Order: sequence, then structure tokens, then C-alpha cells
Amino acid sequence: MWRPGLIIARYTLLEALRSKLPWLFVLAGCAALALAGFLRQLALTESHAVQAALLAATLRIAAVFLLSSFVVTSLARETADKGQELLLALPMPRAVYLLGKLAGFGALAVLPAALFGLLTAVWAAPAQSALWAISLLGELWIMAAFSLLCAASLPHALPALAAGGGFYLLARSVGSLQLMAHGNTGGHGTVQQALAFAVDALALLLPRLDHFTRTEWLLYATGDWHGLGLVAAQTGIYVCLLALCALCDFYRRSF
Amino acid sequence: MAQRPLSSVPRPLWLALALALLLQLGWQLVHREAVARVQQLPAPPSAAVARLASLGEPLAMSKAMLLYLQSFDDQAGTSLPWRELDYERLAAWLDTAQTLDPRSRYALVAASEVYAGVADPVRARRMLAFVSASFAQDPLHRWPAMAQAALVARHQLHDLPLALALARQLRVRTTGADVPPWVRQMEAFILEDMDQLGSAQLVIGGLIASGQITDPHELAFMARRLEEIAAKKAKQNAIPGNRHLQ
Repeated sequence: MWRPGLIIARYTLLEALRSKLPWLFVLAGCAALALAGFLRQLALTESHAVQAALLAATLRIAAVFLLSSFVVTSLARETADKGQELLLALPMPRAVYLLGKLAGFGALAVLPAALFGLLTAVWAAPAQSALWAISLLGELWIMAAFSLLCAASLPHALPALAAGGGFYLLARSVGSLQLMAHGNTGGHGTVQQALAFAVDALALLLPRLDHFTRTEWLLYATGDWHGLGLVAAQTGIYVCLLALCALCDFYRRSF
Repeated sequence: MAQRPLSSVPRPLWLALALALLLQLGWQLVHREAVARVQQLPAPPSAAVARLASLGEPLAMSKAMLLYLQSFDDQAGTSLPWRELDYERLAAWLDTAQTLDPRSRYALVAASEVYAGVADPVRARRMLAFVSASFAQDPLHRWPAMAQAALVARHQLHDLPLALALARQLRVRTTGADVPPWVRQMEAFILEDMDQLGSAQLVIGGLIASGQITDPHELAFMARRLEEIAAKKAKQNAIPGNRHLQ
């Protein structure tokens, strides 16, 4: 039953390879290297740390942006040229189609994670770079699953991209929002408490992506396998949640 | 994808493209000639806001803030001397960057070795105050900047009481084995410079007695130093009217 799913995953991967996406990853890596190298020249001290920190942040954002854009535009194109309807007319459950797509996007995410992980290994200990790359893979899987959910649920590419961007910003900054909401800002009234409660509720729904792909692992070698285990568990839970959300919505839709 | 030859593009379109390009070049030329004005350093964002804006990358944000700060004195078309920089805001920027990445020495190096080099003593003292406050939070990792601050106070500001106060903090707070002994000895040397030979003797003797100096070469050096101070004291005592210096 899952063989069609594997075929869909394979063709999703092939589509990415043929649309020159790997070259875009390489180009993003080169641009990030050039930018970080230039800024390194300006640094007074800790020039390696400056380069590694800026490079890691740029690579992470580039990987997330390129992969999410590809997921959304790929599904939008498939819907527009009726390829999706053709596939769904075949004798297989809808879940096979959607999970096959997700598997293909997940396999594609290995490429930027490995490439960018190798780039960071120039400035960091190999073990820490490996942790960083595996964690980036988890972050990319979550973003691929969320983009798939948006692309499958929303009728156009632009709202799906905007929703993905908003989700990423929130998931990356919700920890800081919580700190600010509970911080000693002088206000302890009802509004302050309601705000803090709302931020806490939001934090319960979102994955803490600021705990993923941490630059301090590269700079101060603070990463360990226990931390990576927590990242892996969060990735597993959240990808399952998003995939189930996407499936529920997909089964409700009439074509 | 196959493409048609360039000649298939209508001639008016080429003309419009060339005009648009000329318009862009002219626009840039006009704006390049505008007089460059010095901008004052804006107030920094709070650490919480900077952390929020960093999207979970406080270390990268800290480095970016320091590079921005560093490039501020060399603005487009003009240059802002350090003595015209608002050092209160500068210290606040450095503090925010330090809060975002407490393990980095960048902000402290910039404060003690770059911005403290300003010709204005008031501004230099502001940087030394920043270094001193940061040192108090993590003495075992931030002592190099504090030692540099003591040297700036001693040799640049010629303010021996300030240098002594900084060196005393170094001796009292850096008791770890990772800190080299000379850091703790700075106070004794500054006391010697201030002709407070008795106090210098006490500090060196205390360092030896406390067991903080274990290296035999270091011990021999400090013993020689004690002998030199004793000789100096004896010489001063020999001069009539100098006894009040003890």
C-alpha cells in the first residue's frame, strides 16, 4: 500500500533536483560565506566567532526560506495543473499522497542540512557541527510539514508563504516573548496577566525553535546528545501533529 | 527554454529601457552629491527586545550589534571622532551586546582597548567603569579586560588611585588557578609606583604567604622584588625628612 507513497516521494525529490534547487542551496551557502567572511575582516577580536555566528544564522534562515518556498510553490503548481487530482483519482488513500509528498520534502531537507553542516565544520568542532546539522534537519522537517499543511489548506501560494513565515517568526521568538511577558516591566495588572497567559498558551502550541540549531554549540561547544535528543523528540511530536492536521483537512476537501 | 533573437524586441522598448537606466544613474548621482551629515549614536534596544528581534540567535545579534557599533564612527562620507560619540549610549550598546553573549570578550576588548583610548578622560573613565562593572559579574573570565583597564588608568589617564582601585579588585576577585599570578601582583606594583612601599611589601608578602604563587621562578622574582622595595625603603629612611612617606 505504501509503494505509491514512496514513488510520490521519489518524484517530489526528482522535481526539486530538476528545478535546480540544489544549486540555489549552493549559491546561498557561497553568499553566506562571502558575507560572513567580509564581516570577519571588520571584527576587532574573536573574528572566527563572528564569522561562525553570522554564517550559521544566515545559513539557517536561507535553508528554511528556500525549502518552505519550494514546498508551497510545488504543491501550488501541482494543484494548478491538475496533477494532484490525477494522482488522487488513482486507487490509493489520500493519506498515501500527502505522506508521500511529506517524505519527499523530508528527504530533500537532508541536502541543505548536510551541506550547511559541512560549511560550519570549518569553524567548529566536527561533533558540534554534526549536532547543529542534525538539529537543522529537525527544524527543516517541522517547517516542511507546516508549509505542506498551509499549501494543502490555503487556496493560493502567497497566503501559504505568509503563514509559514509568521509561524517561523513566532516559533523562533516565543521564548523571548515569554521572558518579556513575565519580566519585571512594572505592570502587574489584569492586562499584564492576561497577556502573559496568552503568550504562555501560544508557547504551548508552538515548537520552541529557538532551542534548535543553536549557534552557541558551534562557538562554545555546549551541544550534547541529550540536548539533541530533546530536539529529536520535539521534531517527531510536532511533525506528527502537523501531518495529522494536514490529513484531517485534506480528507475533508472535495475535489 | 528557447528564446527569440534580441531583434524581436520592439525598438521603443529598448529606448524606454535605456531611458529608465539613465534615470536611475542620474538619481544616484544627484543623491551622491548630497552633503553627508554626522548622525549621533541612537539609544540601543533593550536586551529583551534585541533577543526578540534576533529570532533565537542572540549570539549572532550580539556580533552584529558590535559590528554596527564599530562601523558607526566611520559613517558614509564622513567620520565621527570618538570624543564626539555619546559614551553613555556607547556603554549601553556594549552592555546589551554583552548581555546577549556573556561568554564573548568582544564588548570588553572594544571597551578597554579601543574606546578607552579616547583623548577625553571623562569618556575613557566611562569605559573603565563599564569594564569594572562587567568584571564584577564574572571575574574569572573577564580579568584580561580589567587588567587592561588598570593599565589604561595607570599609563593613559595617569590616575594612580583609579588604577589602584581596579588592581585591588583584580587581586581580591581573581583567586582561581587559571588566572596568572601577575594579575594579582598588579596592585603591588602600582603601590610601588605611588611610593607606598610599605603597602606594596604587605601585598607581595601576603601573596607569597597565601600560597597563591607556586611557581619557583615567580616566587624568586617576588622575593627579589621584596628585597628591592626594602632597599628603596632603607634609602628613603636615610634621607632626613622622608620618614613621613612610610
